[in-house]
Amino acid sequence: MARLIAARLAQMAVLLALLSFAAYMLIGLMPGDPVDLAIMADPRLTAADAARLRALHGLDQPLLARYGAWALAVLHGEFGFSRLYARPAAAVLWPALGSTLVLLAASLSLAILVGVGLGALAALRPRLAPFVEALALLGQAVPTFWLGMLLIILFAVDLGWLPAGGEADAPGLLAALRFLALPVATLAIANLAAYARHSAAALETALREPWIRSARARGASEEQVLWRHAAPNAAVPVLTIAALDAGALVSGALVTETVFARPGMGKLIYDAVMGNDYNLALLALLLTAAVTVLSGLAADLAQRALDPRLRDA
Amino acid sequence: MAFGAGRREGRRPSLPGSGAGPRPEPDAESPALSPRDATDAPIPADAPPRPARRPGNPRLLAGLLLLGGLAAGAALADAVAGLLGHDAFAPDLFSRFEPPSAAHPLGTDELGRDILLRLLYGARVSLAVGLATALAASVVGTLAGVVAAWRGGLVDALVMRLADALLALPALPLLVVLAAIDPARLGLPARGEGLGTAGADILRITLILALFGWVGVARLSRAAALSVLARDHIRAARALGATEARVLRRHVLPNILAPVAVATALAVGGAVLAESVLSFLGLGIQPPAPSWGNMLANAQELVFAAPLSALWPGLAILLTVTGCNLVADGLRRR
Repeated sequence: MARLIAARLAQMAVLLALLSFAAYMLIGLMPGDPVDLAIMADPRLTAADAARLRALHGLDQPLLARYGAWALAVLHGEFGFSRLYARPAAAVLWPALGSTLVLLAASLSLAILVGVGLGALAALRPRLAPFVEALALLGQAVPTFWLGMLLIILFAVDLGWLPAGGEADAPGLLAALRFLALPVATLAIANLAAYARHSAAALETALREPWIRSARARGASEEQVLWRHAAPNAAVPVLTIAALDAGALVSGALVTETVFARPGMGKLIYDAVMGNDYNLALLALLLTAAVTVLSGLAADLAQRALDPRLRDA
Repeated sequence: MAFGAGRREGRRPSLPGSGAGPRPEPDAESPALSPRDATDAPIPADAPPRPARRPGNPRLLAGLLLLGGLAAGAALADAVAGLLGHDAFAPDLFSRFEPPSAAHPLGTDELGRDILLRLLYGARVSLAVGLATALAASVVGTLAGVVAAWRGGLVDALVMRLADALLALPALPLLVVLAAIDPARLGLPARGEGLGTAGADILRITLILALFGWVGVARLSRAAALSVLARDHIRAARALGATEARVLRRHVLPNILAPVAVATALAVGGAVLAESVLSFLGLGIQPPAPSWGNMLANAQELVFAAPLSALWPGLAILLTVTGCNLVADGLRRR
């Protein structure tokens, strides 16, 4: 177990180092640089000023040398300043991560609750299975940003019940919930299809296992069979997907956050990439990659904890 | 087309040297959602090819009908434009936001352009990106998967570690970074040169999406190739003196086409969805060329002025991706 964790953490370090290099090079391939933006913002800047600014910020150095300097600074815990926010990049990052985690926790729990419920319904009541399957099919194909827009049109524009986007303007739980409702619903609807499909399949498999027959033969009630014997086995794949989803959604909420103008990680990355905010974009990318890899590890560990058969492997 | 190849393969049981069951069962381990399929026994290999088949495959049929309808719409875009007598690209500021009428079946957008025509031209872009990406991903992925399974050892480890690494990375932000790259700095055709704006954008988006798309195909085809390579007919072919190239081409490749076809169909839907996301974010197909994604980006700014303009492009994406998933599901259950 400890060896597994150590190996995976080492792999993660290698992956992050490679990613930071690749991302740095890719960002070097993007059009424009901060000085170009400064020229656009202030037409009085002369070419000589621009050259002096580039030299001052090291932008005239070759890309490899710039990467080396950046990596060295990061290893010393210096993450640099965010150009867009004029604050240390790390200080910009934490509130965004918090906002995303709230959105993620709410929408993922809702998706699991409803999705597993639908999946169980399909597995236990075969006559309802086609309806659940059709729902899952549509849920997997719906573009999140379109779903979000439809919800905005319905609940914010037509009915006027909920705000169309942004963050809570007043303190208090109720205000926060009002602003969370639509983005959470969007992400939950888009994600619950996978849970419905997988939990239905897992429950059906579990119910066909020989130990279910022997439990019934011993006289266990249907409820006991379901909750004591089938459900725990069916939970393993569902929890695995949940852990993987959590990692993917830290950045995958990008589109939803953009549609609802929520200042989370996804939107932060998008804005940083678009605004040539190199320090912030790199740091945010690395952080989300780390979270994604760690959630994959968490999924593996959870699987081992839940399924004793995997522990020897 | 990859689907066609996969379908033919499924019902042709007499390959040279393949005695029993050339039908790979890619999904034997993931049970179907509806219990009816649980009792479906695989068709025995020596059964007569046609009559023994189950009556119909509604999923495959529905998916093919959906996609066929969309493809026909895309192909007929010019004809519809001639019929209606509008230009999908020319603004007409005197007829902005017109409600649906005989002249404009779905109304007009904020520049007075016909929404139906823009949807049909957008279908060309979306389907082109989807098919091209899926094709590139399945060719590269199959090649990588088969070679990894066949060579084993270091090659296998390298390919699979690369695949794992790509899967472990957060895809969407990386797509954003990749899509923001200036193609001119890589020596690719820049916008407006040679291929035309839309063509250059389609090529750019296809390359970016295929960069991630091959992974799924590679993993599936590697697993399928490993199981095929362990079968007796491969040993028989080798014993008869077949070269390795012939073994791979004649005995391995035909037997893994079914899972590859499933993965390809899924990849088409995934690519259509990803293209719409990138275009929605302003990084994909650039206006004035219409794409469902950039039409939705426009619609978002008009949520209050013209809320209904958001409806159609999203519905088109939903139907396309549903069609692809239905085809994949149908192929999987054959």
